[in-house]
Amino acid sequence: MKKYKSFLRIRFINGLQYRAAAYAGVATQFAWGFMELLMFRAFYKADPSAFPMEFSQLSSYIWLQQAFLALFMTWFFENDIFEAIARGNVAYELVRPMNLYNMWFVKNVASRLSRAALRCMPILLVAFHLPRPYNISLPDSPASFLAFLVSMALGTFVVVAFCMLVYITTFYTLSPLGVKIISISLVDFLSGSLIPLPFLPDGIRSVVELLPFASIQNVPLRIYSGNIAGYEAALSIVLQIFWLLFLIALGRLTLARALKKVVVQGG
Amino acid sequence: MRLYLKYFAIHLKSQLQYRTSFILTTLGQFLISFSAFLTIYFMFSRFHTVEGFSYSEVLLCFAIVLTAFAVAECFARGFDTFAAMIGNGEFDRIMVRPKNEIFQVLASKIEFSRAGRFVQALIIFIYAISASGIYWSMDKFLTLLLMMISGVVIFSGLFIIYAGLCFFTTEGLEFINIFTDGGREFGMYPLSIYGKEVLRFYTYVIPLALFQYYPFLYLTGRVQSFLYMLAPLPGILFIVPCLVFWKIGVRRYKSIGS
Repeated sequence: MKKYKSFLRIRFINGLQYRAAAYAGVATQFAWGFMELLMFRAFYKADPSAFPMEFSQLSSYIWLQQAFLALFMTWFFENDIFEAIARGNVAYELVRPMNLYNMWFVKNVASRLSRAALRCMPILLVAFHLPRPYNISLPDSPASFLAFLVSMALGTFVVVAFCMLVYITTFYTLSPLGVKIISISLVDFLSGSLIPLPFLPDGIRSVVELLPFASIQNVPLRIYSGNIAGYEAALSIVLQIFWLLFLIALGRLTLARALKKVVVQGG
Repeated sequence: MRLYLKYFAIHLKSQLQYRTSFILTTLGQFLISFSAFLTIYFMFSRFHTVEGFSYSEVLLCFAIVLTAFAVAECFARGFDTFAAMIGNGEFDRIMVRPKNEIFQVLASKIEFSRAGRFVQALIIFIYAISASGIYWSMDKFLTLLLMMISGVVIFSGLFIIYAGLCFFTTEGLEFINIFTDGGREFGMYPLSIYGKEVLRFYTYVIPLALFQYYPFLYLTGRVQSFLYMLAPLPGILFIVPCLVFWKIGVRRYKSIGS
């Protein structure tokens, strides 16, 4: 356990180095969130009664999404893992007295955390002070804030567990490009990062909400604003735990099988 | 031009070597724009209209922006990955060759997998053109053509600025994505839906509206003035400051060694 902890710390500190990039990133995310809000405002003006959530809930959703982008987005892959697999450096990783799955998992979580830590504060601060209803409102209740934190951690783990599967397929395909881009585009849509899931038609939505991808950002962001509350929130968190365990089990299994017949490229 | 065609053939051949990866990437590009299309579809099945624009009109706008972006990205991809080129010293090699740098960067990468996006745009285009109920007279057709050309040029200009920034920072700056990727994502809708200030910004600072919004009003018969039809022409001029910026960057370029 200790070695994973120090591993986490190293990656975290490493991630904190890129401060200039982070500030540029904050500006980007801020502008992005702003444009998105304006777009939804235009639709809201067209027909307020068709809006599936309150506008203030949507604002909270979008700002939190931008603030914690690094935690939830599928496209933050660790490129050195892909490279290690494709170039054969994975051999070095295998001789280390650590479990490969755990090590990669920790690596991913750490770099996501450090990115988010650098970026979330400025966005949250500014977004809190925007005029209503374009700001982040306070959490619905202390209980929902607590549930939000738990669910946010779970969501991060779920997306990392999913990314692990993408890394592992590289053992078979060698070039990660295709799988990467396909999984990104699918997950982006199904997780509610393009438009929040309540905007989907009801039939489709009820199916999509059961998929593992809905357990990434959809649950925590909606719990925060009280869009999912009470019994429903508890149920969603249980579903998150289920998918997390499932994805981890699947990842470990496929990794073990891939390693059994791994051919290390080059010398 | 002949040299470019030669590069073109080489890139095509080399990318077709990794056939599975190529097909998957193309498919992925298709899917990415497809999910963008789905968001429009779902939003409109709920709201039906936005700021007076109908579903088929927004689709037409989406298709135009997507096509322009796909073409620009396919050919100007070298600028998009320019940070790497400075990082690994490839640009030094370009500087010593007796050919224009812009030409060489342009020819250094041609991304054919963007065809996935392009095909998508084409399909939506065909649908939107037939569904929008626009009578395609000669002038409308000309407007459409101007929009396309201007769009490709403006997006390429943005890629060039993005690359030019690398001369000053040696690393790509993320915020220009607001205009490239953002231009694609938010340009799905006519830019007026974001409000007056945003429209003004996209008219005078980053002239996306010149090819995407004003001529679009003419196309859909909202205005009759020919001025709107010709708005893409000043949009094309956007490339001039981009190239000047690039030139300034090249002049102060210092190799980073290695």
